[in-house]
Amino acid sequence: MQLAVWTYEGPPHVGAMRVATAMEKLHYVLHAPQGDTYADLLFTMIERRGKRPPVTYTTFEARDLGKDTAQIFQDAARDAVARFNPQAIIVGASCTAELIQDDPAGLSEAMGLPCPVIPLELPSYQRKENWGAAETFYQIVRQLADKSVVREPREGRAARANILGPTALGFRHRDDLVEIRKILALLGVEVNLVAPLGATPEDITRIGHADFNIVLYPEIADEAARWLEKTFDQPAVRTIPIGVGATRSFIADVAELAGADPTPALGDTSSRMPWWSRSVDSTYLTSKRVFIFGDATHAVAAARIAREELGFEVCGLGCYAREFAREVRAEAARCGIEALITDDHLAVEDAIAAAAPELVLGTQMERHIAKRLGIPCAVISAPVHVQDFPARHSPQMGFEGANVIFDTWVHPLVMGLEEHLLTMFREDFEFSDEAGASHHAAHSPRKAAMADPLSEAPVEDIPAPAFTDEPGSLWTAEAERELKKIPFFVRGKARRNTENFAASEGRRQIDLETLYDAKAHYAR
Amino acid sequence: MSALDILDGCAAELERPAAEAQSPVLRERGQREVFCGLTGIIWLHRKMQDAFFLVVGSRTCAHLLQSAAGVMIFAEPRFATAIMEERDLAGMVDAQDELDRVVNRLLERRPDIKTLFLVGSCPSEVIKLDLAKAAQRLGAVHMPRVRILNYSGSGIETTFTQGEDACLAALVPVMPALPADAPAELLIVGSLPDIVEDQFLRLFAELGITRVGCLPARNARNLPAVGPNTRYLLAQPFLGETAMALEGRGATRIEALFPFGVEGTSDWLRAAATAFGVDPALTEQVIAPGRERARIALSKLRPQLEGKRITFLPDSQLEVPLARYLQDELGMELVEVGTPYLHRAHLARELESFGPNVRISEGQHLDRQLDRVRADRPDITVCGLGLANPLEGEGLTTKWAIELVFSPIHGFDQAADLAELFARPLRRRDMLEI
Repeated sequence: MQLAVWTYEGPPHVGAMRVATAMEKLHYVLHAPQGDTYADLLFTMIERRGKRPPVTYTTFEARDLGKDTAQIFQDAARDAVARFNPQAIIVGASCTAELIQDDPAGLSEAMGLPCPVIPLELPSYQRKENWGAAETFYQIVRQLADKSVVREPREGRAARANILGPTALGFRHRDDLVEIRKILALLGVEVNLVAPLGATPEDITRIGHADFNIVLYPEIADEAARWLEKTFDQPAVRTIPIGVGATRSFIADVAELAGADPTPALGDTSSRMPWWSRSVDSTYLTSKRVFIFGDATHAVAAARIAREELGFEVCGLGCYAREFAREVRAEAARCGIEALITDDHLAVEDAIAAAAPELVLGTQMERHIAKRLGIPCAVISAPVHVQDFPARHSPQMGFEGANVIFDTWVHPLVMGLEEHLLTMFREDFEFSDEAGASHHAAHSPRKAAMADPLSEAPVEDIPAPAFTDEPGSLWTAEAERELKKIPFFVRGKARRNTENFAASEGRRQIDLETLYDAKAHYAR
Repeated sequence: MSALDILDGCAAELERPAAEAQSPVLRERGQREVFCGLTGIIWLHRKMQDAFFLVVGSRTCAHLLQSAAGVMIFAEPRFATAIMEERDLAGMVDAQDELDRVVNRLLERRPDIKTLFLVGSCPSEVIKLDLAKAAQRLGAVHMPRVRILNYSGSGIETTFTQGEDACLAALVPVMPALPADAPAELLIVGSLPDIVEDQFLRLFAELGITRVGCLPARNARNLPAVGPNTRYLLAQPFLGETAMALEGRGATRIEALFPFGVEGTSDWLRAAATAFGVDPALTEQVIAPGRERARIALSKLRPQLEGKRITFLPDSQLEVPLARYLQDELGMELVEVGTPYLHRAHLARELESFGPNVRISEGQHLDRQLDRVRADRPDITVCGLGLANPLEGEGLTTKWAIELVFSPIHGFDQAADLAELFARPLRRRDMLEI
């Protein structure tokens, strides 16, 4: 048993729902008790979908157990096919139905339904949401793809690609897709199919017509892409075009497979991020310490952007999916740190508190953690929240995605000009640094009641949880007061650096001397 | 297809027992679009501030709780899920030993917990994990610091608010005994927001009823006493099991309308006053200011709701008393009143108000019910979060049922707030020009 308060991923059948809901004319018959329908609200509320997810739940009750739950399943499947007239159905069990072992696969096979039935085996007690989505997509592709397809020779026609991975409830999948289509259009590559998002089962049958696949979200599409590679000899582009550098590599990879000229796509004049990052106002971003946590794809991409495109220092990197731990570990090694692979959000909270970053890039869970710790934060990955489905176009991928990322990550920070003002006026009681950045709620003051700034008496500190004072602090009262004169957004770093310095020097007390010795030691 | 055709199609399910002579009750079975009883934890853990709810279940249970809670505002809320894994099910480890390990660790980490509920779920019920035994065993270790109780919030046994019923029923056996010769005491049953509970307690004090207990108590270790001189008053319509458990300890129910709106609240207070022998003149004097305030507040909202047709899809069992209030006090027309379960005895007086044309449905066959909504085209449909946007997408105005459970809606001073919950979606529909 594992004790969980909040979870990063739902059960695997929710992953299957993300695939089913993304597709058209596919229906999911889910053997499940009352209550499992809660999952519908993820789609209708968080994503604001105006249609019910195409899922029929059998809704068995305690009194049905050991009697006719199998019959209930068959009735539900028959009714669903008659009512919704899908081109194919997927059938499976939620965690409870898995225990009663009714075998939805066998039951539906015996029914002779008038459409293809794709059985799913999603072990609820071992696996989670992303795995469930990947497995579902793989099974759909494997069962529906027309294996007799022979691609006509490349001569005299445009190259064709499948775009694989976008689902319902994905982090900015809708908008990423627009950017990817734009790039493919500039390269003269035809889109054979986008799946699961918007695809019908009939569309899936034509999947073999493409010359190659683009795996946008490996968490969902990698397994299917590997099967397609084997079956249809379709190579895959696996570069994730998040960030300017990655987008350029992606364009180069696609151009190579398509035999196209990458120049028009590489010359996209809407790419503003490189100049925004080089402009002098961004100087203050240099070596900002950033903690990154999310799904592997977005976390790894964020780490690269942070290092190479914004000049941040990555002080923490992790993901919640063990399946993709290898990629994250490799990227962490490049950052010179150890990856945090866990789905325990309390462990993530501890790691963030210990790292004392200046910016957190994470999921909605890290947004809450950062809020509690008083650290600016931007969301980069699922699990998603209603705010992650903005009305405006807001991609992560492509050059426009990089523009969006620049804005989203930089705005929560105290901005360049403001940082100067805070430093200049930090002694001014009317311009208390406790007020934080004026434009951002995440930076609102931690202290409601401010001590009289003119008082000479030591002020009782209410430290941000990230920088908790140990009882019996090494700091002298005088040094502690001096530390408070340092603007709050670098105070945590100054405290930690000084303490590390004191420890390395073997000093037992941190007085004014130690504080300034440490400052000199760390001077860049 | 007209609504009547559909009703004819379901004729086999129509019954008309003597007690329901006024309205036929349509009973349906099929897909339900309702939460399971675990969801009650969302408000119960806020109400009982010293209690912790540990769901023994699956990842689905944990995901449900965080999705239903909507926002993750608490660093460590007073609920969690012990997620069963393959090795618990395959017998590689003893699930009871695992539970001991999880509970011991939890109680070590959270010394503020004084009452721990082990909450059963669908998977724990299906594998017949004996949580009563676990509660007993762990209780022996952790009492008196922590009292450990258990109930089931599983979807195979409970619907949404029935989770609160199961939880309160689990508290009844540990309520202290009120001696047979003790003076009569009033017990208010059903969790209410503190502000509403305080309003009611003030009114009872003014009526001269001083011995008043509340179940659940704000502090789960400070439960009110119960005995043969307890008269209990249900504040919520979904507490059948709790009521039976209280009767089992000698308490008797005060029959009343549920305290929604001017008339419901008046009737509820009067019934208690009568049971405690309060002078009717005093009763009227005490309730007059609240009645008047509520009447004035409602008079502003009535024009917005009068004549509007409303359908309730089954959700919280609050549907019948709320429908009575909307019909009698705001002049709304009831099209269909769906409820997951119709407690005939507790709702008998509520149902008297319904005319013969009100379609009452119990249970759910979602697709058929949605067909009826589409055929009826009510002005407003009360439904769960999974259905609201899809119905809005079809041009039907909706009200989220869950807000009726989370908001203070009982009593005189909330009567208008309750009406506003229904008026706002209609007003918004009329305001928007896009």
